[in-house]
Amino acid sequence: MTSHLAQVPLWAAIVIAVLVVLGSGLTLLGALGLVRLSSFFDRIHAPTLGTSWGTAGVMLGSALLFTLTGDRLVIHEIVIGALMMTTTPVTLMILGRAALSRNGGARPRAANPASITAGLDADAAEGGSDRR
Amino acid sequence: MRILPHALLTLLLVLVWMVLTSFSPGQLILGSVVAIFAGRAFAALTPDRTRLRRPDLILRLVLIVAADIARSNVAVARLILTGGRHGQRHSGFVHIPLDLREPNGLATLALIVTATPGTAWLDYDPDSGELLLHVFDLVDEAGWIDLVKNRYEALLLEIFQ
Repeated sequence: MTSHLAQVPLWAAIVIAVLVVLGSGLTLLGALGLVRLSSFFDRIHAPTLGTSWGTAGVMLGSALLFTLTGDRLVIHEIVIGALMMTTTPVTLMILGRAALSRNGGARPRAANPASITAGLDADAAEGGSDRR
Repeated sequence: MRILPHALLTLLLVLVWMVLTSFSPGQLILGSVVAIFAGRAFAALTPDRTRLRRPDLILRLVLIVAADIARSNVAVARLILTGGRHGQRHSGFVHIPLDLREPNGLATLALIVTATPGTAWLDYDPDSGELLLHVFDLVDEAGWIDLVKNRYEALLLEIFQ
């Protein structure tokens, strides 16, 4: 451990460690889910663990550590988090819509409101066929 | 053209600039010049201005969303660890009729839905205003429609429309 890390008080070191382990652990779980889940629409959910609290945990831990060891408030990690949050929907929507058009041409939709439930059952059966 | 067409955006850009560099008078001047140009460039790209009708509600929305994101992180992480409640989990699509039409409001809703693990925004039909959502752990379909409409859309409608 380098000398400037030794000036971090114990309580802060514990908080930082918990945040970083939580963030990286959630990201790892998301990656694991991406590998283990078997249908496309289930898989797109797993990485969002990494883009939400996965990022936030590492981000907060980093901000806290460098604020305590540096001589000023270090919060530029928040910019990373904000950009992560605002750019994820773009790729997710592109992937989601590509998968929708590959699966059935048009998006699953009902001709009239009364048959929405019927359409949903078909979609649910398709999306839910991921169990091994 | 106004000197400051997007005052809030410009202010935010100055703030980000200073957070990334340093809080010094020199960076304030440099950041302001860049931000004012960026604000004007943005105004040239998007002629229609967004009015925040109830900016006071933004903080409430942020707190609600932050809590929901934390909760669904735990839920999805647990589902992955237990192999989807040992094969009991069903995912599925949910159609949600939206009343929100304001583009920035819709973008915010997309951001919320995507940032929350377990829900994915797939498609939105601007003609019918119908949103297609994919839910990782679909137990109660009406519950999800209620969540999006009453918890998020109601607030967004007040803020943006």
